[in-house]
Amino acid sequence: MTLNTLSPVQTLTILPGTTCTGDPENFTEITIHPGDTISVVGPTGSGKTAFINDIEVFAQGDTITRRKILVNGSEPAEDLVRDPSKKPIAMITQNNKCLADLTVEEFLAMHLRSRKMEDKGIITSVIDLANQFTGEKITERMHVSSLSGGQTRSLFIADAVNISNTPIILLDEVENAGIFKDRVIKILREKHKTIIFVTHDPYVALLTEKRIVMKCGAVEKILTPAGAEHATLTKIAKMDSDIMKLRERIRSGELLTVSREIEA
Amino acid sequence: MNVRLIAIAGPPSAGKTAVVKQIIRNLGTSKIAYLKIDVVQAWEDEELAAEFGIPTKKVYSGDMCPDHMGIMVIRDALLWADKLGAEYLLYESAGLCLRCTPYTTHSLGICVLSSISGTHAPLKMAPMIAFADVAVVTKIDLISQVEKEVFREGIRQVAPEVDIIETNAIQGTGMRYLMQVIKRMKPAESEKDTLRGIPPLGVCTVCIGKKETGWQEHFGVIRPLTAPDNLFRGE
Repeated sequence: MTLNTLSPVQTLTILPGTTCTGDPENFTEITIHPGDTISVVGPTGSGKTAFINDIEVFAQGDTITRRKILVNGSEPAEDLVRDPSKKPIAMITQNNKCLADLTVEEFLAMHLRSRKMEDKGIITSVIDLANQFTGEKITERMHVSSLSGGQTRSLFIADAVNISNTPIILLDEVENAGIFKDRVIKILREKHKTIIFVTHDPYVALLTEKRIVMKCGAVEKILTPAGAEHATLTKIAKMDSDIMKLRERIRSGELLTVSREIEA
Repeated sequence: MNVRLIAIAGPPSAGKTAVVKQIIRNLGTSKIAYLKIDVVQAWEDEELAAEFGIPTKKVYSGDMCPDHMGIMVIRDALLWADKLGAEYLLYESAGLCLRCTPYTTHSLGICVLSSISGTHAPLKMAPMIAFADVAVVTKIDLISQVEKEVFREGIRQVAPEVDIIETNAIQGTGMRYLMQVIKRMKPAESEKDTLRGIPPLGVCTVCIGKKETGWQEHFGVIRPLTAPDNLFRGE
């Protein structure tokens, strides 16, 4: 067995595990390349979060699903898995609370220190980027434990882009925190990140190139629409933008007696 | 003696018993004996005996400090485990005292910490981490990448060299690295051992710095492994 330490991540391969009934999963392997965008869909409890958890921990048959994750075709080297500064993956969980008893500035400074990086304006750039994702302004003196769900999620994503700077980002239900998900997706694409979304949101699901459908703890189907859903995507994009506008109007305290968006 | 001592410390509710269960699942039930030290009440020994059918023992320290109690009985417990033919004695501390540490020179010292216990938690329990061989960080599935790295940095401030293993101990992710460390352990040469850290200053024989394990080496407050009911009722 060859262990790769220093070479960059060219491929990430998921080898099948078992379904909730203990049967083998119905695929040979799933290979992920740099810049791929993938959504993971399926009913609640179908194994979506377990799927991205396997990727995040580089499972070696030691998780409940028994899947294995290979990096560049072989078992990842120990430091790639265990040393966060070498780990190529950042996962943004559904968890919307950060329990660290620190201010935003102290929290980010501690993260920089753990990666042996100097500040040089990075902390400000993370807070600025996070503020593009959320409507509620984050400042450096706020305590991370008192941030709202949307602010916390925005800060984590901005941190993953500007400090962790990992090539692969896993996002568990990005749509849930009330952040501007289209801006998140746009920025991550601009940075050529490999993105894997667990999602219930039709717009997010159709924005990705590949769709993995989960059922009973296992991968049920792998869809590659390759443009076949283009017309639907255009419609959903319009609907999503209308709903966003309605949401902003509700947030600002309007009575929606007339819906300009829906009638338009 | 063919027994290897694994000393597991960590504050209450950090996930020590979940880590113990993963170790038992990995090593196999035939090789393990388990000792729990607690102050007033504990059920882990009954739970593990029922789930895995392994030999277990529990000792209540009552009016004595639980790590003091551990120091008293560990020599007897090693002989007990050896007599049973066990290859590993898992010794789980009460998890109360953050000043003392239960690790002995020849044991594998594991400190279990919960990743959701706050950034400054490692600093508050510095000796418990600094004298450990391995810091196992549990509940890792509940936090994000950046929080993991910040928590890790907190541990590094206390113990720059300690081996850090992150796990969701309920599912067992990441435990393969702990098992690699355990499988490298060599049997204890004898039941006699010494503490790794210097105990706090005080008035009892352990407190004044006697590091030998076993009640035979102490005077004043002493306890053997097998003793009459000593449930601490507050007297």
